[in-house]
Amino acid sequence: MLEFRHVTFQYEVEDFNIIDDLSFHIAPGEFVSIIGASGCGKSTIFRLTNQLLPLKSGEILVGGKDIHSQKRYCGYMPQKDLLFPWRTVGENLRLPLEIRGGMSKAEMEERVDAALRQVGLADAKGKSPAELSGGMRQRAAFARTVLTDSELLLLDEPFSALDFLTRISMQEWLLGQWEADRKTILFITHDVEEAIFLSGRVLVVEETPIRRLTSIQVPAGYPRTRACLSQPDMIALREMLIDLLRKRGTA
Amino acid sequence: MKKTCKTQLPALILVFALLILWQMGAMHMDAAYILPSPTQILQKLWELRVPLFTAHLPATMQVTAIGLGISIVFGLGLAILMDASPAVSRAVYPIVITSQTIPTTALAPLFVLWFGYSIWSKVLVTVLITFFPITITVYDGLRAVRIEMIELLQTYGASRTQIFLKLKLPSVLPYFFSALKMAVPMSIVGAAIGEWLGAQAGLGYFSRRMITQLDGAGVFAPIVLLSAVAILLVAILGFIEKKVIRWRGEQ
Repeated sequence: MLEFRHVTFQYEVEDFNIIDDLSFHIAPGEFVSIIGASGCGKSTIFRLTNQLLPLKSGEILVGGKDIHSQKRYCGYMPQKDLLFPWRTVGENLRLPLEIRGGMSKAEMEERVDAALRQVGLADAKGKSPAELSGGMRQRAAFARTVLTDSELLLLDEPFSALDFLTRISMQEWLLGQWEADRKTILFITHDVEEAIFLSGRVLVVEETPIRRLTSIQVPAGYPRTRACLSQPDMIALREMLIDLLRKRGTA
Repeated sequence: MKKTCKTQLPALILVFALLILWQMGAMHMDAAYILPSPTQILQKLWELRVPLFTAHLPATMQVTAIGLGISIVFGLGLAILMDASPAVSRAVYPIVITSQTIPTTALAPLFVLWFGYSIWSKVLVTVLITFFPITITVYDGLRAVRIEMIELLQTYGASRTQIFLKLKLPSVLPYFFSALKMAVPMSIVGAAIGEWLGAQAGLGYFSRRMITQLDGAGVFAPIVLLSAVAILLVAILGFIEKKVIRWRGEQ
């Protein structure tokens, strides 16, 4: 689904390649998390994929084709929900559809209504984003991302600003969403437990510049409940990942 | 409503006390040609209501409206152009800022020399006073749009025009209203100054004519009227702003 081929990138203000000859591959329908310390360049991988940053060299392919020849191949959800305060929740969800164009108002409304039902916000359509709780806002932002109709979703620490209990229920909720439509999800987080609870595979950023991502399979199937986190192999994995990240921190 | 009354009460009491002080002081001085009392001014306002309201107020309002209209159209235009083109911004911004240090009122006699007693000398003073504050405030508003929101729209494939219409325009509205609330009283002042220096009608002109007749209350009456109009217009703007921008401060 997503493939990096010898990708190199350098920020103008820096004198080294933060991403250096990086290659990795993500299969269709996978739920993969990228973990790493803050500032390690995780988000740069996303910003290259959604073309907010230009490649220095290499290729990024989505669905087997170079991203530069494609439009709307990925939906991007940043950490902040970025709901426009002057638009109602429904109007916010309509944004990607409006920008794409070529859709009648009735069609757009239908899509928005369906998306709102899917994320359990059918009653919030006419509300202002300010009236929603943090978790509801993230659900609305997720629905807006899904409405880009991309098969690949890039979620950049979407739950990190939420309180602990809301975060847990949002993680369970997200898994339910993913199991329903099996889009490919690439999920950035610095929370090890969140990564292993959600993903089938975890990619670890061990070093900056990023030359490779260490791929680790999560030893649990789907559907999952939080109970799986207390299995011995999951606990071992968690400790191993924490060690990996710590080693980097002290290096 | 009750709450508003309560918060405004201290200010109202102070104003009332100052008016009483003024009334007593003026009665004590007993020199109405220098310091008329508030009641004398009100009385004068009533006596002169026909020429003031039918000839001079409309003349001043015409100058204000034309001047403000020109400032809004060209100020918005320049702000948008500066936001769209860094080259224009770099060229114009320093000039705009520096121009604020020029005492426009000191230039006003020159405009009378150029345009005579026609309304255009007054309009030019009004434009010079209001154009740059509108430009700068709106331009700053456009620059304050959150970069993450722009990027989000870019990932949806939005064009520059779409980003302007769907993001910049709505988010600059509060700045636009702030600029207007500042520019309306300034434009009235500008018109009055212009009329002071050379005109055949208008509240500024009328006030000056009363000076030559040593009619203190006659000087104050049009000034009171000018202030009342400015306060009224700003209040109307504030009301419209509240209706249009319910989301202010929710970002």
